[in-house]
Amino acid sequence: MANKLISEMGLPTSIANIFAARNITTAKEALSLTEFELMELLDVGMARVTSAVAHISEIVSPPTQTALSLMEQRVQNEYMAGHLPTRLKGLDEALGGGIPFGVLTELVGPPGIGKTQFCLKLSLLASLPASYGGLDGRVIYIDAESKFSSRRMIEIGSKSFPEIFHVEGMAKEMAGRILVLRPTSLSEFTESLQHIKISLLQNHVKLLVIDSMAALVTGEYDQGPTRQHSLGWHISFVKSVAEFSRIPIVVTNQVRSQSHDGTSQYSFQVESRGETVDDHTRFDSHLVAALGIHWAHAVTIRLVLEAKAGQRFLKVAKSPISPPLAFPFNITPSGISLLNDEGIEMKGPQISTIHYQGHEDIINFDSERLQ
Amino acid sequence: MELARLPISASQRGKLISAGYTSLSSLSSLSPSTLAQDLKISDNEALEILRVVSQGSRLDKPDGSHAIVNGAQTAWDMLHEEESLKCITTSCVDLDDILGGGIKCKEVTEIGGVPGIGKTQLGIQLAVNVQIPVNYGGLGGKAIYIDTEGSFMLERSLQIAEACIEDMSGNSDFLQKDFQSCQVKAQPKDFLQNIFYFRVCSYTEQIAMINYLDKFISEHKDVNVVIIDSVTFHFRQDFDDLALRTRLLSGMALKLMKLAKKFSLAVVLLNQVTTKHTEGSFQLTLALGDSWSHSCTNRVILYWNGDERYAYIDKSPSLRSASAPYSVTGKGIRTATSKCKRIKIM
Repeated sequence: MANKLISEMGLPTSIANIFAARNITTAKEALSLTEFELMELLDVGMARVTSAVAHISEIVSPPTQTALSLMEQRVQNEYMAGHLPTRLKGLDEALGGGIPFGVLTELVGPPGIGKTQFCLKLSLLASLPASYGGLDGRVIYIDAESKFSSRRMIEIGSKSFPEIFHVEGMAKEMAGRILVLRPTSLSEFTESLQHIKISLLQNHVKLLVIDSMAALVTGEYDQGPTRQHSLGWHISFVKSVAEFSRIPIVVTNQVRSQSHDGTSQYSFQVESRGETVDDHTRFDSHLVAALGIHWAHAVTIRLVLEAKAGQRFLKVAKSPISPPLAFPFNITPSGISLLNDEGIEMKGPQISTIHYQGHEDIINFDSERLQ
Repeated sequence: MELARLPISASQRGKLISAGYTSLSSLSSLSPSTLAQDLKISDNEALEILRVVSQGSRLDKPDGSHAIVNGAQTAWDMLHEEESLKCITTSCVDLDDILGGGIKCKEVTEIGGVPGIGKTQLGIQLAVNVQIPVNYGGLGGKAIYIDTEGSFMLERSLQIAEACIEDMSGNSDFLQKDFQSCQVKAQPKDFLQNIFYFRVCSYTEQIAMINYLDKFISEHKDVNVVIIDSVTFHFRQDFDDLALRTRLLSGMALKLMKLAKKFSLAVVLLNQVTTKHTEGSFQLTLALGDSWSHSCTNRVILYWNGDERYAYIDKSPSLRSASAPYSVTGKGIRTATSKCKRIKIM
């Protein structure tokens, strides 16, 4: 829409020609100038510029829909009203049916907590035939950390859905629907994403998994404005892919240790910091998601996986639908399973902290980050 | 007033200057035909120039009539007008208190906060609350929701609408004895019907959208709130030229303010946060930079205070800076339940 040609907008020929003569060919160029600037540049009167800008704006503006018509469409067109069920009962209920279509869902957690396991399970679910509650489609799995294990995936499959996987040839068929890409650099990733964007719909792709976004971005750039910039571009691109093709996109994110405190404060809070913020919370939660706040704004649903006092928890840290719930879980041969479906309601910013205590392995986060 | 400030095209201005008309006063007593002859232009064009000139000079010179300056309003009149202004409730009593009744019509209010604090929730809540009928103390209007991030959730708006209807029928039992006649006929679907949703995919579309709003609202007069969620998203990516960004943003802010005044509606802009390095430490601040922070009338920051969500009035010409707790529940934004001290004046 933004690059729509002015010559094709049905403006009166006289003014359209002036735009063309001044080399303003797209709506983007015209709308990036103020009306006064346009008058200078086009050498026409105020009234004509105003009406031309109004005309261009009207054409470029997206069409209006009422929320009701939007919902009716969605119910009509989409299986399960646009959700990929995770088969974790409590989580599905909290999220209103599962991982929603058309938006980004993020999994954050320390290494070894089960992010990849969760992604493998989701890939299987999306590839299952509709008669078994799957989406009956292909899955594209972008494996940036080289952690995808097809053996583990088949194991999860045959343990969770024995009735399907014990049928001759089904394992092959299911696994054949999952396409794994292993980009080695961000640019390679971008390129393949641009290639598949159009073919997503034709090829019946029902799920896109990116494991992990942080590995792609941190591998390439240092902290700083360049990284911010390139991340910004990828955020809008991935989001547009999700929306354009109406498929769920699941992205994982690593953690890093927080290098400085006080980032969660506004300037007006600083003076009262001593009294309001408990000191122990600062020592406690020194893990934060690797991609910063800019990224965090872009994801619609954030699930935090953490370990606390020897128990793993899955927390719905950001969601427009769900209350802040935490579910204890463990990892079984059939993948992630919740220990109870009720969930514990969390209070305050606790829901988005990432703990990593009481876990058997001690992992050096710095060496993890350098990979 | 100088000729250079007149909104006429460059070639016309060039002709005027070369013909010796450098000030407005030299033009004020001319007839169109003389001017047309002098500048060798058509009569119509000359008439157009003179009309622009007379508008320009009227702003400059006292007219002698009842208004000293055209288009101005006395502070006394404004006070009266402000008193009759309507507010959109946020469904949280404490938040309404510090906002002076709710989100004000005719003003641009910016709301920012960290991810997951409830910006979108508040946006949806306002889109629903604006529709509360007049006899329930609402505005009975419609909402425009401009979604730049794709974060508008239909299921959630349905929940919030249902809860809102529930609350309304609850209240009517209290207020009116014969609640039979006054029973709420509203359906959640009607609420969704009255939210106009636009999905904006690039900053060009965002600018176009705001230009087009003027026309759209003229056709839908009962729109009382415009919510942009978020104003930031497209302006944070793909921008190399920061000067251009500032220019576009301030142009947009001006148009929104004009819109708010013209149709007496509330404009709510949701903004993201970013970190800023000041005095040796990193602090959170709303995105889009310092010059943007001048462009909104009110600025509200949502933040975590211990375990509670708080809203803080960062900037407002009429409200004092204060903070109040609120909570996000299954029903939407509601008053915080804990009984500790409510409003903190900073």
